[in-house]
Amino acid sequence: MKTGEIAAEDRKVALFNLGFAYSAFLIGTLCGLLQVFIRNDALKLPEWLDYYQILTAHGLLLAIVFTTFFIFAFFQAGMSRTLGAFGPKVRLWNWVGFAVTALGTILVVVMVVAGQASVLYTFYAPLQAHGLFYVGLALFVIGTWIQGFSLVGHYAVWRRNHKGELSPLFAFMAIATIILWVIACLGVVATVLFQFIPWAFGWTSGINVELSRSLFWYFGHPLVYFWLLPAYMAWYVIVPKIIGGKVFSDSLARLSFVLFILFSIPVGFHHQLTEPGISSFWKFLQTVLTFMVIIPSLITAFSMFATFEIRGRELGGRGLFGWIRKLPWRDVRFTSIFIAMAFFIPGGAGGIINASFQMNEVIHNTLWVVGHFHITVGTPVAMTFFGLTFWLIPNLTGRRFTKSLQKLAFLQIATWSIGMLLMSTAQHLLGLLGAPRRTAYTGYAHDDALAWFDGLLTNHVTMAVGGSILFLSAVLLVFIVIQLWWLAPKADEQTYEAFPIAESDSSMTPRFLENWKIWIGIAFLLIALAYTIPLAEIIQHAPPGSGRFQTW
Amino acid sequence: MHLHKYEKIWLGFGVIALIIFLSVVGVSAFAQGHAPSSGHMTIDPEKVRETAPFDQPGLHKKEDGTYEVAMIALTFGYEPSKLQVPAGKEITFTLTSEDVVHSFSIIGTNVNMMAVPGQINHRTHTFKEPGSYLVICNEYCGSGHHFMSTEIEVVEQ
Repeated sequence: MKTGEIAAEDRKVALFNLGFAYSAFLIGTLCGLLQVFIRNDALKLPEWLDYYQILTAHGLLLAIVFTTFFIFAFFQAGMSRTLGAFGPKVRLWNWVGFAVTALGTILVVVMVVAGQASVLYTFYAPLQAHGLFYVGLALFVIGTWIQGFSLVGHYAVWRRNHKGELSPLFAFMAIATIILWVIACLGVVATVLFQFIPWAFGWTSGINVELSRSLFWYFGHPLVYFWLLPAYMAWYVIVPKIIGGKVFSDSLARLSFVLFILFSIPVGFHHQLTEPGISSFWKFLQTVLTFMVIIPSLITAFSMFATFEIRGRELGGRGLFGWIRKLPWRDVRFTSIFIAMAFFIPGGAGGIINASFQMNEVIHNTLWVVGHFHITVGTPVAMTFFGLTFWLIPNLTGRRFTKSLQKLAFLQIATWSIGMLLMSTAQHLLGLLGAPRRTAYTGYAHDDALAWFDGLLTNHVTMAVGGSILFLSAVLLVFIVIQLWWLAPKADEQTYEAFPIAESDSSMTPRFLENWKIWIGIAFLLIALAYTIPLAEIIQHAPPGSGRFQTW
Repeated sequence: MHLHKYEKIWLGFGVIALIIFLSVVGVSAFAQGHAPSSGHMTIDPEKVRETAPFDQPGLHKKEDGTYEVAMIALTFGYEPSKLQVPAGKEITFTLTSEDVVHSFSIIGTNVNMMAVPGQINHRTHTFKEPGSYLVICNEYCGSGHHFMSTEIEVVEQ
C-alpha cells in the first residue's frame, strides 16, 4: 500500500477529530428528528427530557462540535499533505489541543444532559446555566486555539525554510481561516471569562445583558465563515483536481480569503437589528460592512463556474451549456459538492435579506432563519464535508471507497438534498407567515397560528417529513463512515484513495497577499471602527446588572 | 493581479447591485423612517414596575393625539395581558423585560421587537385593519416559552 501521502502519526490525530465529529453528528441529527415530531404535536417526550434540552444539544453538536472537529481533521490532514509531515512539537500540541477541545465538549454535553444548561447554543444572559457549562465552552475555544496555533507553527517552519515563496494554496487558506477564528473568538472568550463565569459562580451579582449579546454576536457571525471557509477550500483546491482541472486563479482565490477575514467580523450587529441599546447608525454601518462579503462571494462563484466550464470544454463540451454535461457527474466526490454549491445560491440570497436592516423585522427569529441556516451551514457546508469524507477517511485508513459504497453515497446525498429541500422550504414559508423559531409545539389558539398546520408546503408536517428523510440520510452516512473506517477492503497502489490537491499557478500572484500583518492590521482597524463607540456606549450607559434566571 | 474580462463585468454588476441595494435600504430607513425597533433608554430590570411608563402598563393617549403602549414582557406572558387599541392611529410600543430576554412580535405585521432586560425598546405601528392580532414571544425564554402569547384587539373608533 502506498503510504507516502500523509505521515501515519499525522493521520491518527486527524482520524480522532473525525471520529469525534461523526459521533456528535449522529446524536445531533437524532435530536433534530425528535424536534420536528414535537413541533407538529406527534411526539411527547418523557418527563426527564425537555424539548429545549434537545434543541440545545442539536445546535451545539451539529453547528459547533461536528463542524469544528471536522474542520481541524481536514486542516491537519491537508497541512501535513501540502507542507510535509508535522515535527514532534506540532504533533504533540495538536494532540493537546484535541484533548482540551474534547474535554470542553464533554463538559458542555454533561451539563446539557443533566438539565443544567438548557440555554440553547447562543446562551443569552440572563438565562444562567451551571458555571461548568461556561468553563466547558472556554476549554473548547482554548483547545481549538491550541490546535490552530500548532498548525500556524507548522506553517511558520515551512515559510522559514522556503523564504520568498508563496505557501501552497491549501495552507494559505487554512491559515486565513485560523486567523479569522482566533480574532472572532476574542468576543466570546471576553464575555465568557469576564461576564458569564464570575456571574454564574456568584462572584458578581449582575450581568450587562446587552454587552454580552454584542460580544456574542461579534463572535457569532464570523463563526459562520469559520464553517464556510473550509468548504470554500474544498471548492477552490480539492474540486478542480477531482474533475481533472486546475485552480482558475491563484491570486483571486487568495484575495477572496483575505476579504473574508476583513469583512466577516465587524458585522455582528446585523443579528441584533431589532433590539434596543444600539443606535440605528451603528446598525446600518454594520449592515453596509456585512454586504461587502458579497464581493468575495461573487469572486468565488465566478471562479467555480470558470473552472467547471474550462474543464467541461477540455472534455469536448460544445455550445453555450454543452460543457455542463461533460462534467464527471458519476463521481460522487464531485456531485455531492456541486449540489452543496447549488444550495448556497438561495442560501446566500436569503442571507442578504436577513441582513437588510429593516427587512430583518419580517423574518427575525422566525422559522425562516432556521430554514436559512439549514441551506447554508446545513447543506453547502455539511454536504461539502460529506463529499470530503468519502475520500478523506479511506485516504487516512488506507481503505477503498468501493463501487457499492459509492452507490450508497449517491443515495445519501440524494436523500439529504430532498429532505433538506422539503424541510427548509417549509421553514422559509412558515417563517414568512410568522411561525417562530426555537419553539416547542406551537398550539396558539388563533387563526394565524392554525394556518401553520394547513398548507401543503407551509406546514409543520412537511417539515417533519423532510426532517425524517434527513435523519435516514444521516444514519446512512454514519454507516458509510464506519465502512470506510474499519470494514472496506484495504487499498493497494492502484486503488489508493488520493488526497486531491489541484495545481495552482502562483507565479503571477502578488506577494503582499500573504503578508498577514497588513490584513490583520486592517481587520482590527475595521473592528475598531465598527465596534468601539457602540460598545463604549453600552458599557457607559449600562443599566443595573441582571440577576441569574433558570426558567427551564 | 489579472482579471478576466468577464470577471470584471460580473464583479462590476455585483458592485452596482450592492450600491443599489444599500441605497434602497438606507433611503427607506433614514428618509422614510422605516428603521427597525430601537431605543436608547435603560432601566433597572428589578424596578420595572416602579419606573414610568411601566408603572402603568397599557395604552395611553399622548398630548399630540398619538398613542403609547407600555408593555412588560415576563416569563411567560405580557403585562398588560389584555390590550385594546384603536385602528388607524399611530401607536408607539414601549417595551422592556423584567426577567430574561423575550420578544414582542405581532403576527401579520412587521412589529418584531426584542425585549432585553435593562433596555427599553420602541417601535411605532399603525393598524390599518381592525381585528384580533396574535402576539408571540419568538426568543427562547424557558420551559414555558411556547405558551407565551397574547392578543391585541384592534377596534374602529
